[in-house]
Amino acid sequence: MKRGNILANLDWATVLLYLIMVVLGWLNIYSATFSERSAELFDFSQRHGKQFLWILAAIIIAIAILIIDHKFYDFFAYGFYSLAIILLLLVLIIGKEINGAQSWIIIGGVQIQPSELAKPAVAIALARYLSGYNLKIDQLKTYITAGIIIFTPALLILLQPDTGSALVFFVFILVAFREGFSVSLLLILIALIVLFLLSLIFEKIILLTIILSLGVLILGLITKNYKRVILTILILVGSFLLIFGVNFLSGWGQSMIRIMILSLTVSAFVFLILVFSYRLRKSAFILGFTTIAIFYVFAVDFVFENVLDPYQQRRINIVLGLESDPQGAGYNLAQSKIAIGSGGFFGKGFLNGTQTKLNFVPEQSTDFIFCTVGEEWGFAGSVVVILLFVALLLRLVQLAERQRYKFARIYGYGVFSVLFFHFFVNIAMTIGLFPVVGIPLPFFSYGGSSLWAFTILLFIFLKLDASRMEHIN
Amino acid sequence: MNPYADRKYIIIILILISAFLFIVKLFLMQVVDDQYKLSAESNSRRDVIIYPARGLVYDRNGAILVSNQAAYDIMVVPRQMVSMDTAEFCEVLGIEKQDFIERINKAKDYSYYAPSVFMKQVSAEISSVFSEKLFLYQGFYLQSRTLRKYPKNIASHVLGYVGEVNKSIVENSDYYVSGDYIGISGIEKTYEDILRGEKGHKYFLVDVHNRITGQWESGKYDEQALLGTDIILTIDNELQEYGEKLMSAFSGSIVAIEPQTGEILSLVSAPSYPPDLLVGRGLSENFKKLAGDTLNPVFNRAVAASYPPGSTFKIINGLIALEEKVLTPYSEYSCNMGYYYRGIHVGCHSHDSPLDFEGAVQNSCNAYFCNVLRNILEDKKFQRTDSAFSNWKTHVESFGFGNRLGTDVSGELKGFVPSTSYYNRYYGSGHWNFLTVLSLSIGQGELGITPLQMANMSATLANRGHYFVPHLIKAFGNDKKIDPKYKEKHSTTIDSTLFELAVNGMDLVVNGAKGSTARIAKMNDIVICGKTGTAENPFGEDHSIFIAFAPKDDPQIAIAVYVENVGFGASWAAPIASLMIEKYLTKELTRSWLESYILNGPQKIKKEEE
Ligand SMILES: [Zn+2]
Repeated sequence: MKRGNILANLDWATVLLYLIMVVLGWLNIYSATFSERSAELFDFSQRHGKQFLWILAAIIIAIAILIIDHKFYDFFAYGFYSLAIILLLLVLIIGKEINGAQSWIIIGGVQIQPSELAKPAVAIALARYLSGYNLKIDQLKTYITAGIIIFTPALLILLQPDTGSALVFFVFILVAFREGFSVSLLLILIALIVLFLLSLIFEKIILLTIILSLGVLILGLITKNYKRVILTILILVGSFLLIFGVNFLSGWGQSMIRIMILSLTVSAFVFLILVFSYRLRKSAFILGFTTIAIFYVFAVDFVFENVLDPYQQRRINIVLGLESDPQGAGYNLAQSKIAIGSGGFFGKGFLNGTQTKLNFVPEQSTDFIFCTVGEEWGFAGSVVVILLFVALLLRLVQLAERQRYKFARIYGYGVFSVLFFHFFVNIAMTIGLFPVVGIPLPFFSYGGSSLWAFTILLFIFLKLDASRMEHIN
Repeated sequence: MNPYADRKYIIIILILISAFLFIVKLFLMQVVDDQYKLSAESNSRRDVIIYPARGLVYDRNGAILVSNQAAYDIMVVPRQMVSMDTAEFCEVLGIEKQDFIERINKAKDYSYYAPSVFMKQVSAEISSVFSEKLFLYQGFYLQSRTLRKYPKNIASHVLGYVGEVNKSIVENSDYYVSGDYIGISGIEKTYEDILRGEKGHKYFLVDVHNRITGQWESGKYDEQALLGTDIILTIDNELQEYGEKLMSAFSGSIVAIEPQTGEILSLVSAPSYPPDLLVGRGLSENFKKLAGDTLNPVFNRAVAASYPPGSTFKIINGLIALEEKVLTPYSEYSCNMGYYYRGIHVGCHSHDSPLDFEGAVQNSCNAYFCNVLRNILEDKKFQRTDSAFSNWKTHVESFGFGNRLGTDVSGELKGFVPSTSYYNRYYGSGHWNFLTVLSLSIGQGELGITPLQMANMSATLANRGHYFVPHLIKAFGNDKKIDPKYKEKHSTTIDSTLFELAVNGMDLVVNGAKGSTARIAKMNDIVICGKTGTAENPFGEDHSIFIAFAPKDDPQIAIAVYVENVGFGASWAAPIASLMIEKYLTKELTRSWLESYILNGPQKIKKEEE
């Protein structure tokens, strides 16, 4: 491996994947905006024409990034980050409102979306922070600082409001995970998200039963003390029967959910006495978690009703199958599913999709570009696109792992995480596995800002990778 | 080696699981499940917009003023068209082949894939013939619409009309799409949101022969249309019709208000046009014709024309002077065929002299009110004419002049009351005095008042000092809750006890003995109070004005009548007002001679001119 020769050291496999995806994306945008009257391939008033110009600009950006010295990115990491934060603040003040969110800023005739630029900025800043010399990874201070770096831009973006773009920042948790953040902490985070969704879908009674059964099961598995499990069940069932009986005999007239809550309170009280008088630490933990889980379930309801916007509630409800809404998000989703589903195994062929055109899905060349892939190229084409992404993502993990320089590795994982999140959420939403949050499919979706952001993100990493021999740790 | 390097395997597994999940889901959707393919093979979904019937419009007595009639639009989706017998198609629709080609090209310009209107509002006969042959014409289908219908054929300016939305409305709204209808003027515009209802959607599966084969997704995504809400207006259809008849030979307007509520009983702008001219396919052509007419019949003079109020305004000046205590009811001023001061002369007609306030109103003496304005503007309380004038303006504006009243009649003008800065600009601050603005004393000069504001002034006098914003809305269906601003009492800055003097003067105008200016308006058993006016018209014959209310002690109706280019107020406007009052209060007409005088009047003049 020769030092200093960027062409020799560049990872051409990644570049090739990048180019293939950008070109495929462009063809699909052409098809999505195609009509007999505007068939000109380079009609710059049409979206496909504009995308062509943006691809050219992206390639120029990529070349510029490869030419700039690699130390520049490490050195100016916090500078980039501050710039991104300033732009995010600025957009809230002087931003241009499009589709109900104030997310665009116009500088010298060029429209930029600061939320897109914030992604590379956070990736760099996080890499810089976590690669610090004396940093102890498993410390509260590290967790909090990393949290601030990640979630400050997310918060500012949420104010625009652009929920989809703000959600992306959660994915940096993956980077933190790879760098050694506590698994149980991350697991708890995931468990909370799962419980959040479950508590929206299921009746409270069923959910309470599930949580309690799980609590008892875990108690049995961890303590391996079956007497205690049986005792626990007896206390639970006993207090339930007691309250139920009192209610039944006295004609108190309480609802089932109230009876359950009351009996839980009674049994929790009994457990508390037992736990403290016998000093059962593990059981105390399990009891604590079970109680928190139950509280959480009720809190979710409150948050859902009182904190989320009605449109966010609706979108979540639609994906959970609790509500149908033909005009809004569900309508797009229904259209999207029909378009993809009608593609069959080999698709209808290039430019032959009718569903995507006929039904006029507004975000069809942006967030719903995968519809066009699914309809015109069928299952075979969809799988090819998915495999292209898998190849790119695996290659990125491989590249990240081969870095000797910690900064480069962490940054590599940042790039990987952002691309993975976009890939996962975008395709999942188009095929109905995830709420419609409206984020683009990297390299495929129409739009200059997002294409440039992904290009910047990726090529900084390729530059760092190409220069990896110049570091001696 | 990094202690957490093993965690990369979890990340790799995450990627593989996601990809696997997607591939399985796609396999199920695209290969296994053929529900989606069926809908694609059957050529696809058709979104039929269900247009709800617009709300009906009733008058205050429950008579229908606006109803609906069915019509059909022929829609086309260019992409779905196949070769067909164009000659026969054109014959069914009664169009030329060239026309057919143009329409198709227009639809293609709009979109190949989305439906657009091929032909608007075809008749029921054509649509039934067409629907039988629909299977021959792939890509075409019928969309039902409703059009407005006017059973009484009156009140076109009040009702306004409904037309197609324009491009800028479509771009700035998330409700309207190209081809939708919207209220463009009148109450159709003001109460658009209430009248229109909510569009619904029905999604059908359509086969390759253009036939509906069933509901899409078994109707899961269908949306019911919500019917428009009916509205009840304050208009009295008989009075309105009668007013239009009386004005048929004139230009001008009549506005009648129920003083204790501000409800508009009738609002006539002449010349008018039959409202059904502006319906459906003939709309744009007819509108062009109407707008091209020199008398401008689409122009709503009642709210959008402003004229000097003429002598009717003397009452306002008198009340202001009384309120400011620069005039007593018993102060007398003499008049020798007019007012003379430093070489300025304002003429008057011959009448008894001197006169007190009531007598001056009765005789409409110019000299008296020149003195009144002088007293107001040279009031010792104020150091300068400016501040006295500003105070005068405040009083005048409290009658609702110079600003929009906030009515629901669409297209209301503000009118104009000059301000001190207006005169300062022309003459320089301190370089003008009461003589400069003397014409304001008799309601001439810069003043601009709309007929609606005049009627409101009449209602204010009837109420002895307060008014309710004149409005057309009485109820929405069964819901009587209208905008609270119409229930809010607006008091003038004048003490209400002073109004009795003005009302007595107005009584004398109609019912007095010698010198009364509008005895022609007198009724035998009902006491009408009124005031004549003549608005100077620099472009021709003066405008005849009359304001009135009746009965004197329990006013049920207040009215303002403007007749353009016919001269003195008493000659035309006063009898028209009198007939309107009689019609409203007694429901019958006893003075057929007066009626035929009005109906023939201007023609006689024209004949004399010839
Ligand atoms: Zn006189």
